[in-house]
Amino acid sequence: MSERELTYGEAVREAIAEEMRRDPRVFLIGEDVAEAGHPFKTLVGLVDEFGTDRIIDTPISEPGYAGIGVGAAMTGMRPIVDVMFGDFITLTMDQIVNQAAKVHYMSGGKLKVPIVFRTTLGATRRSAAQHSQSLHAWVSHIPGLKVALPSTPYEAKGLMKTAIRDDSPVVIFEDKMMYRSKGPVPAEDYTVPFGVADIKRAGTDVTIVATSSMVQVALAAAVMLEEIGISAEVIDPRTTFPLDKQALIDSAKKTSRVIVVDEGYERYGVTAEIAAVIADGAFYHLDAPVKRIGAMDVPIPFSPVLEDLTVPNEKAVVDAAKALCRKA
Amino acid sequence: MATQVIDPRMELEQHLHMFRQMAKIRAFEEQVNELYKGAKMPGLAHLYVGEEAVAVGVCEALHRDDFITSTHRGHGHCLAKGASVNRMFAELLGKEAGYCRGKGGSMHIADPETGNLGANAIVGGSAGIATGAALSAKMRGSGQVAACFFGDGALGQGLLYEAMNMASLWKLPVIYVCENNLYGEYTPGAETVAGKILDRARAFGILAESVDGQDVQLVNTTMRRLVERARRGEGPAFLECKTYRYYGHHVGDVNREYRTREEEREWMTTRDPLQTLADRLTSQGLTDQEVLDRILADVKAEIDTGVQFALGAGYPDVRQVDEDVYA
Repeated sequence: MSERELTYGEAVREAIAEEMRRDPRVFLIGEDVAEAGHPFKTLVGLVDEFGTDRIIDTPISEPGYAGIGVGAAMTGMRPIVDVMFGDFITLTMDQIVNQAAKVHYMSGGKLKVPIVFRTTLGATRRSAAQHSQSLHAWVSHIPGLKVALPSTPYEAKGLMKTAIRDDSPVVIFEDKMMYRSKGPVPAEDYTVPFGVADIKRAGTDVTIVATSSMVQVALAAAVMLEEIGISAEVIDPRTTFPLDKQALIDSAKKTSRVIVVDEGYERYGVTAEIAAVIADGAFYHLDAPVKRIGAMDVPIPFSPVLEDLTVPNEKAVVDAAKALCRKA
Repeated sequence: MATQVIDPRMELEQHLHMFRQMAKIRAFEEQVNELYKGAKMPGLAHLYVGEEAVAVGVCEALHRDDFITSTHRGHGHCLAKGASVNRMFAELLGKEAGYCRGKGGSMHIADPETGNLGANAIVGGSAGIATGAALSAKMRGSGQVAACFFGDGALGQGLLYEAMNMASLWKLPVIYVCENNLYGEYTPGAETVAGKILDRARAFGILAESVDGQDVQLVNTTMRRLVERARRGEGPAFLECKTYRYYGHHVGDVNREYRTREEEREWMTTRDPLQTLADRLTSQGLTDQEVLDRILADVKAEIDTGVQFALGAGYPDVRQVDEDVYA
């Protein structure tokens, strides 16, 4: 096996390029995606290989080009619709929620919408309240959508390829703070299946369910916990829908203590759903209620001293684990 | 403008076919209203009666594999594009034999076999879909054209302008068909539309024309010209069809306080699309009332058969409720 390393951003680009070579129906549409190569530079070079017919720059019209993507997907193409910041999916919600998610069901299964909405999540870039949110719970709520949250370069490539090959609409949220982080990425063709959680670190005392940007936080917390004699298991669902409920429940049964950490707002969020799934499936095995840690329920502030308070960090996870293990 | 030379017999057949299609839509919709009044239909429906010349004139200018997107007031578009009466009624009654196996209902009938990408219950919601279908046609080199139906109410939706902007930039084969029936739900267009409608399309460099939407021949010849132009790669067009809905916003809107009975009578008696075509064909000696009556009788039989089929058809198995959420 290859031990080659790529950055998270390079892994995304490689996935898109490979799928575009494999399938002429795949194209990418969005703002500043062609010559500019995307503001996060994740798409640099794609237009040189595939041309402006398949890497399509649009006006700043998120609802319009999202809808154009839906129509193209319904008629034989497989578009990747690039929504630069996760905050901007709010502009596309009618096309994602009322159109893409419903067309297959409403048509009695006759029409399909094989489309990928590619967007971002994650705070601490000092970008304030309209460029920092993690809104994956919004779309996870909607039947008809699948939602992927890659947490490493390996998953960034593998989940993107699965998303592009899926016949249903997929929303994939990339952690914008992770684009430059490196990790092993096989050069050969591979996919990461949806609905299969990954145990990032095995442990016995406490389960930390972590998504996307929070996986690295959970892993760092696990190292700190090990130093004080707490063995933490870190498990990454990788997709919020389909959700690998069984893997989460099995881990909870093994450790009897669970923390769920996710960068979306805490209230009515992904942490609430996962906590409910675990409470339902592992109730009699739990020593304590499932602990949830999400982003603080405030608009994300600009000032670094304020913004950093709103995002879950290693210390919060460690403190929660110590309390659950009665080592506080 | 050059006039096309058409074999008069072919032309007559085409006109009689358009008369038949309009008559079918009207009879279908009158039957839908009866189903509603007789409490045999779940929910509501938005009737197309009065606007038949638009759907028929437009769809008769399209090929079977050309695309349409439709609206909440969509039965006429679906039938004009070739949907069967039986399966349309079945869908309206929530039956398994319906176009969407009972999952879509009146506002979501889709039929890919006839290029119908679906009626849409979000006003203006299909502007992106139709434009995307046109982009897809261009990318695939298929030669297909997309027609996007929407009402004057959709002129308030930003999505339409975003889509028209891109369609013009990329010269996409899409025709935006605005059915201006003067009212967006219960509000007159004069209260909601500033400036001139055609100027909105022209601002994007889109060829825009306005026609009497009650004249099926005029709608059809205009649409043919716009479609051929789009098919040649000369870009999108915008066609405003001035029309009128005889019933209210939906079957339950029976009082219609927002408009006068005089206005309704005026449209129904002097500008009815079926009567206009019938009068023209008979006065020119191209056909006679007997031929038209035979068409009306055929249509009535088709509608009667269709509604009986739907009333007798089975409901979907309850196990289908969570099928087809994902492809």
